Amino acid sequence: MKPTNTADPEYFHKVVDCQYACPAHTPVPEYIRLIAAGRYSDAYLVNWESNVFPGVLGRTCDRPCEPACRRGRVEEEPVAICRLKRVAADFKGEVKQRMPQAPFAKNGKKIALVGGGPASLTVARDLAPQGYEIHLYDAQDKGGGFMRSQIPSFRLPESVLDEEVGYVLDLGIDAHFNHYVESLKDLLAKGYDAVFVGSGAPRGRDLNIPGREESAANIHIGIEWLANVAFNHISKIGRRVIVLGGGNTAMDCCRTARRLGGEEVKVLVRSPFADMKASPWEIEDAIAEDIPILDNHVPKEYVHENGQLKGVRFEKVKAVYDDKGKRTLVPTGEDLVFIEADDVICAVGQENSFPWIERDLGIQFDKWDVPMVDKLTFQSTLPKVFFGGDAAFGPANIITAVAHGHQAAVSIDLFCQGKAVGDRPAPGTKLVSTKMGIHEWNYDSQVADDARFAVPHAPKDKTLKDRKMEVELGFDLQTAYKEAERCLNCDVQTVFTEKLCIECDACVDICPTDCINFVTAEEDEAALRAKLRVPAKNDSQDICVSAPVATGRIMVKDENVCLHCGLCAERCPTAAWDMQKFLYSVTKASQVLKAG
Amino acid sequence: MTYIKPSFRHPELPVNDLGYTKKAYEGAISTLCAGCGHDSISGAIIQACFELSIEPHRVAKLSGIGCSSKTPTYFLGNSHGFNSVHGRMPSIATGANMANRDMIYIGVSGDGDTASIGMGQFVHAVRRNLNMMYVVENNGCYGLTKGQDSATADIGSQTKSGAPNLYEPIDLVTLALDLGATFVARSFSGDKEQLVPLIKAALSHRGFAFIDVISPCVTFNNTGKSTKSYDFVREHIEATGKMDFVPMKEEITTEYEPGNAQDVTMHDGSVMRFLKLDQEFDPTDRRATYNALQDAKEKGDILTGLLYVDPASQELHEVIQTSQKPLRTLTESELCPGQKALDAINAGLR
Ligand SMILES: Cc1cc2nc3c(=O)[nH]c(=O)nc-3n(C[C@H](O)[C@H](O)[C@H](O)COP(=O)(O)OP(=O)(O)OC[C@H]3O[C@@H](n4cnc5c(N)ncnc54)[C@H](O)[C@@H]3O)c2cc1C
Ligand SMILES: Cc1ncc(C[n+]2csc(CCOP(=O)(O)OP(=O)(O)O)c2C)c(N)n1
Ligand code: SF4
Ligand code: SF4
Ligand code: SF4
Ligand SMILES: [Mg+2]
Repeated sequence: MKPTNTADPEYFHKVVDCQYACPAHTPVPEYIRLIAAGRYSDAYLVNWESNVFPGVLGRTCDRPCEPACRRGRVEEEPVAICRLKRVAADFKGEVKQRMPQAPFAKNGKKIALVGGGPASLTVARDLAPQGYEIHLYDAQDKGGGFMRSQIPSFRLPESVLDEEVGYVLDLGIDAHFNHYVESLKDLLAKGYDAVFVGSGAPRGRDLNIPGREESAANIHIGIEWLANVAFNHISKIGRRVIVLGGGNTAMDCCRTARRLGGEEVKVLVRSPFADMKASPWEIEDAIAEDIPILDNHVPKEYVHENGQLKGVRFEKVKAVYDDKGKRTLVPTGEDLVFIEADDVICAVGQENSFPWIERDLGIQFDKWDVPMVDKLTFQSTLPKVFFGGDAAFGPANIITAVAHGHQAAVSIDLFCQGKAVGDRPAPGTKLVSTKMGIHEWNYDSQVADDARFAVPHAPKDKTLKDRKMEVELGFDLQTAYKEAERCLNCDVQTVFTEKLCIECDACVDICPTDCINFVTAEEDEAALRAKLRVPAKNDSQDICVSAPVATGRIMVKDENVCLHCGLCAERCPTAAWDMQKFLYSVTKASQVLKAG
Repeated sequence: MTYIKPSFRHPELPVNDLGYTKKAYEGAISTLCAGCGHDSISGAIIQACFELSIEPHRVAKLSGIGCSSKTPTYFLGNSHGFNSVHGRMPSIATGANMANRDMIYIGVSGDGDTASIGMGQFVHAVRRNLNMMYVVENNGCYGLTKGQDSATADIGSQTKSGAPNLYEPIDLVTLALDLGATFVARSFSGDKEQLVPLIKAALSHRGFAFIDVISPCVTFNNTGKSTKSYDFVREHIEATGKMDFVPMKEEITTEYEPGNAQDVTMHDGSVMRFLKLDQEFDPTDRRATYNALQDAKEKGDILTGLLYVDPASQELHEVIQTSQKPLRTLTESELCPGQKALDAINAGLR
């Protein structure tokens, strides 16, 4: 095998598991250290730079970082990355003054944004300080998109959303609320240099089974119903409620129903419990609010009497997997199950819909009627129109919408300067030694043994009475500190210099997790992985391979469970190992906050 | 602050027959200089005891004074230990071994601790064939007292002080052979592939198993003019062959060309298999060992490997025919068998 090229920014980036997994590549360990140091405003701004909505995301993010977190590979649970983000937002001081201050010198370019969700707001945040004139159109009366209309206030208080949407709009965005864009053609005619479509995936799926029409008065489409609740058009629901579906929308529907008078609220899902799409923590919270989840139930019929819904009839199924692991739900043959209900909320998915985009503008749609969008540049087949967020590739989540927004902003910026959108600027990287003295590093290299701390909840008897009362209370500062100390500082990289190594084996002997090996070279990576002290079986994690050292052997480090404890560097007599902090900043249209 | 070893280990660490991972054999974090050869030897002892599935509570670690003698703190933290006065480890080991023959004794000493102040003790432990493994972590200097030349330093070798050593060195391996040692090996701290099987064999040997491990002192004796530096040792090392240690319960599966491999069966049925580099060399032939040592010395090479073993060795308890039961477990009734027994003995002497 050839020596690893650690100069490639993606090599060390991948070692920072959380940052690598985060769609927006938030420098997680960097902000966690700032929290541990009590520098909450700084921690907030590190987040704001990269994900725009730290307070919102610190409560609602889908947290793809957590399953990726290294800590979960060496013990039970990952670091509570998401809830630490909330700590930064909860305890920060004045931050607005440190953000760019409008008005900005105009650059003469005008951009339209369709939709005011996280994707569009990110484009706005990245481009406004560059002098772009930005017109944002949204059908709702305030910004935030689904974050406002869908995510219930007991998970995301309106004040938090208002604050963070406000930071963006205050950058001099020309926002047109209560303005539904009826025609892209008309919009294009207004002479924008580029248009960004961040209109989301606004159509909730219906379930057309017998009795649908007759029971219409008591059947609600999940996302429509949630929006109606959010906008105070609905404030009550029947005593017995069935929620159909197993995703996060179903979880929000059932918990909202519990707060609007639903006493017996049940979730019924087609798939086995283990296959449910909802995040485990959302399921946990629903169950904690006395909501049973019945799995393997396929709805067959809405049962009604005299135009009044009586309940739903279900067929019981079981999951059968073929050789390829493909699942089919097969009826068990048991009798159909009837469950009584006063109302049914149907939360079985959502999809894109672009009735306002004319099909003759040059924007190609695929066979599912979804626009064809470039995965890197977010450009459509009409060069000046870009897509992002749920509108681009279907429903995902806020942090994905933000990540799309950043990349679309890069493209729009390049496009407006007449440059090729495919020529992306390189990500920013910084690699600096953390050595301070004999046993001193400028990060807390000691590995804490604590198990993950749980975020306290407000008492259920109170939260169920008030749909706007936030359930999670957030960490207090003592707990936040302890949780922050669980982070392994994966961005502090182990950097090896072959020519300094005298092959004393000290690093091999001290490494608590047997990461380091000196072995004879192999052509084949699999053969090399197999002959390490502990064979490197996790192929999703790289091995770092050195050039030959004096005896001709090579150093091979398995990155998989390195604790970044620094002991290898500590015990190395020649500083052939050094612990160097790596800061990776994803390619963006600009660094919005000035360094420092 | 890094000086605290995390408690997490690799989740896929192998377990041995006792169900333990290597962690059960670790000790406290070392306070020796970074890069000290002694730490590597500790690592090899940990690995060997883990692989042999030794119950940690059956081991007693014994040492004298010196950086080397400090190391028992850094391995086998769940075992017994006794840190004796400088050079007096052999007498403590003898006493302990006499009282309890069921333990496994690991003696760790330095070249100063053994070849200077402890010489008078060392030689008697060898000639009595005391059942223990005796490791000298040989760095050619008194590390703990800042690097004075020791009695194993070669003529002309220079420590950090810069003055060449003037005196003839003591070669502990030759000395041990002269005193009738039944297991004699030499190795290098930087070669665990050789050292780990040697330690396993030494721990399985019945009698005095001596290993002289060249172990560079990074701080005081790793100079360009030292013959105990990493570079010098690597350049001059010559192995007698490659040795595999196959515990009794395992089957030998690999086949070798006849003549290239030699098996030596130990008292417990374990097998040491030598893959010989030199066809002539036979580690059970004391004379061959002398010759090989002499040849290497003339070439300026450092000969390593298992140099001599007597598989039929009789350890001290066997020689003096002590009771099979450890002496420490004998009760008053066994130790004072009463008037009748005394009368019988007296009668026998008449
Ligand atoms: C019930 C529910 C709960 C969710 N919970 C979470 C969660 O906890 N965490 C998470 O990360 N994600 C969650 N999501 C997903 C998340 O809300 C979306 O992925 C995200 O908001 C998508 O952002 P976006 O910018 O693409 O569009 P959206 O947020 O959907 O915003 C699109 C906006 O465009 C407007 N619009 C559409 N068409 C037009 C038009 N023609 N003219 C003018 N305006 C228009 C809409 O009114 C809307 O305001 C949830 C989704 C649902 C349905
Ligand atoms: C009776 C006595 N004399 C002298 C000393 C001082 N002393 C401590 S360690 C040491 C030499 C140790 O050398 P060595 O055994 O080679 O160990 P190393 O530190 O080199 O591993 C000496 C002379 C002592 N502790 N006790
Ligand atoms: S331990 Fe810290 S830096 Fe490492 S993946 Fe988890 S949160 Fe990220
Ligand atoms: S930082 Fe070094 S010693 Fe610590 S786990 Fe990683 S490789 Fe091992
Ligand atoms: S501790 Fe340093 S010098 Fe020793 S083997 Fe490791 S990298 Fe090489
Ligand atoms: Mg010494």
